[in-house]
Amino acid sequence: MKISAFHLMPYRDLPADFEQRYESVWVTPPWWELADARRVGQYYNWTLDELTYAAKCGFDGVCTNEHHQNAYGFMPSPNLMGSVLARATNGSNVAIVQMGATLPTSNPPLRVAEEYAMLDCISGGRLVAGLPLGSPMDVNLCYGITPMEHRERYREAVALTLKAWQAREIFSWNGRYFQLATVNLWPRPIQQPHPPVWIPGSGSISTFDFAVEHDVCYCFLSYSGAKSAKTMMDGYWRVVEQKGRDLNPYRAGFLQLVVVAENDARAEEKYARHVEYFYHKCLHVPGMWFSPPGNQDYRSLVATMSNPVRRAENPKSLRYRDFVEKGFVIAGSPATVRDRLKEEVIKSLRVGNLMVLLQIGSMPHELALENIELFGREVLPGLRDVWDDEGWENRWWPERLRQRATPMTAGIAAGGA
Amino acid sequence: MSVSAEAPIAGGTQERTLTVWQGRVRMRVLSKGRGPALVFFHGPWGLTWDPFLDRLAESFTVYAPEHPGTTPEAHDDVYHLDGLWDLVLCYEELLDALAIRNAAFVGHSFGGMVACEVAAAYPERVRRLAMIAPLGFWRDPDHIVNWMMLEPGALRAHIFRDPDGAAAGRMFPRADAQDAATTQARVRLMWAMGTTGKFIWPIPDKGLKKRIHRVKAPALLVWGRQDRLVPAVYAEEFTRRLSGARLETLEGAGHAPHLEETDTVARVVRDFLIQ
Repeated sequence: MKISAFHLMPYRDLPADFEQRYESVWVTPPWWELADARRVGQYYNWTLDELTYAAKCGFDGVCTNEHHQNAYGFMPSPNLMGSVLARATNGSNVAIVQMGATLPTSNPPLRVAEEYAMLDCISGGRLVAGLPLGSPMDVNLCYGITPMEHRERYREAVALTLKAWQAREIFSWNGRYFQLATVNLWPRPIQQPHPPVWIPGSGSISTFDFAVEHDVCYCFLSYSGAKSAKTMMDGYWRVVEQKGRDLNPYRAGFLQLVVVAENDARAEEKYARHVEYFYHKCLHVPGMWFSPPGNQDYRSLVATMSNPVRRAENPKSLRYRDFVEKGFVIAGSPATVRDRLKEEVIKSLRVGNLMVLLQIGSMPHELALENIELFGREVLPGLRDVWDDEGWENRWWPERLRQRATPMTAGIAAGGA
Repeated sequence: MSVSAEAPIAGGTQERTLTVWQGRVRMRVLSKGRGPALVFFHGPWGLTWDPFLDRLAESFTVYAPEHPGTTPEAHDDVYHLDGLWDLVLCYEELLDALAIRNAAFVGHSFGGMVACEVAAAYPERVRRLAMIAPLGFWRDPDHIVNWMMLEPGALRAHIFRDPDGAAAGRMFPRADAQDAATTQARVRLMWAMGTTGKFIWPIPDKGLKKRIHRVKAPALLVWGRQDRLVPAVYAEEFTRRLSGARLETLEGAGHAPHLEETDTVARVVRDFLIQ
């Protein structure tokens, strides 16, 4: 099992009536009314500290991702954050999991290929290269990419990126969306033939096909927990089988929100309002914005429209205990959390690469550190060996880190915090 | 190009599917009526043969093509077109396939913009040009709402003066029903918006201002004063660039005046085109 700490970098101080007063947390939240740049500077530093701390607490990887124009999670450039993390964790066995920079909004997408190569070089070959399609809010609404071209542009960008990392000769790229006469990437990644690729998704069947065909790790980034992901992930594994791939659990990743405390009751006391803040405010987005017309291809559109189960429950009507009961959040004592993660998430979905979100919504820095520390100390060791008896190799993890991680020891991080 | 056999469908409308763009794009064309040729370019919500087209068919042979991708069983054909230039060329090929040398053009909303683009690219193929609330321009102070991002209820209210009326009911599936036909109608509507949106995202100004001067045909603009989608002020963008263009503003109408005030708009358009 590989377990990584994921961070969104949310705005932690939205007003109590945010979701009543504003249309959306994404695309249109007014900066000048809601935010303060000095405060945001503190958030970025806290985020980096929290992830660096996770590295020290024994996590296998640290994850950042890209979003735009929002208070839900605003690392417009995850590679800036990844770069700091790569430097701060040098000397450790922690992977830098970029989940990551969004290809369709990078023009040319070679920029992502270059920056990932830089990260791989800086980290000494510890990069996991997430190649996300990007959310419709980010790509279509904020960055103006035509919904119907979003996936095509992405696929071309993935092909270009993989070729740019590996080509032995200078080549020209005469694509539909990108034309480059002389591609000769400097630098190239340390990892050969290229860093492991993860493709995050939200259950679109065309992304299943794409991930399986490319033999990469598919990561379901869900906030609705494993119970509601079960149908989707079963569908993914069916595609894996149909396309003749092995059932290696490391072919799948899953994101899970987790809060740990001394016992279940204390977890509620400490975390309930931060969890509710996340689901009520950070996910406050008009439903249509998740699926602009044309963003899904026809086949996926028919599947979504015909199957209401695929539509997520409205989280605004739920409270902390509902989120815990439904598994949106796995919460409680270390034993509760460990057992639920093992059975409901890891085994049920057949997931080898687990990502856990431990700073949630308004959760303050000190509490986030507590959650990270407790998870690292009391939960993580009990999950490490879940798949060991099946003997799979995690081919989607940096090769030199495939053995069990050793925690980053204090003082190793040259120039670190 | 190839042409399938003409087949009659309900209400005396003929349909046939023509193939253009090196065999890659299939476009179904509904047609009806007698008289001079009229080509109708539908809006972002797909083609529905409606009473307005019936009225025009009393005086013209109406040809109503489906925008690439909106023809049943040809959903993915739209991926063969990369942009507006490809789309305009497709329509020119379609005119050839229909053996139409020139015709009256009528377009609504997105279709109004496409009709105008074809008229600018091939001025000799358009005899007269009638545009109902066309897209094509952008003014920062007069924001055009992105209809593709509206919830279904809000979308109806942005297009129709009466969102619960019969015209809205013909275009929109019922919100409460879950049967297969309703689902199919929802898919059709979403896909129509996606395939048309492909040519105008994220701002429906794709350079018509550089090309519109090439239009030679006399032009008519029809606008609803209460248009909540493309404000009536946009009529000025057309009238000041098309010399002699006529503007007909309907005081109480919204973004689909031809569907809600069919008699008035059909008469105005017919009288203009017949000249």
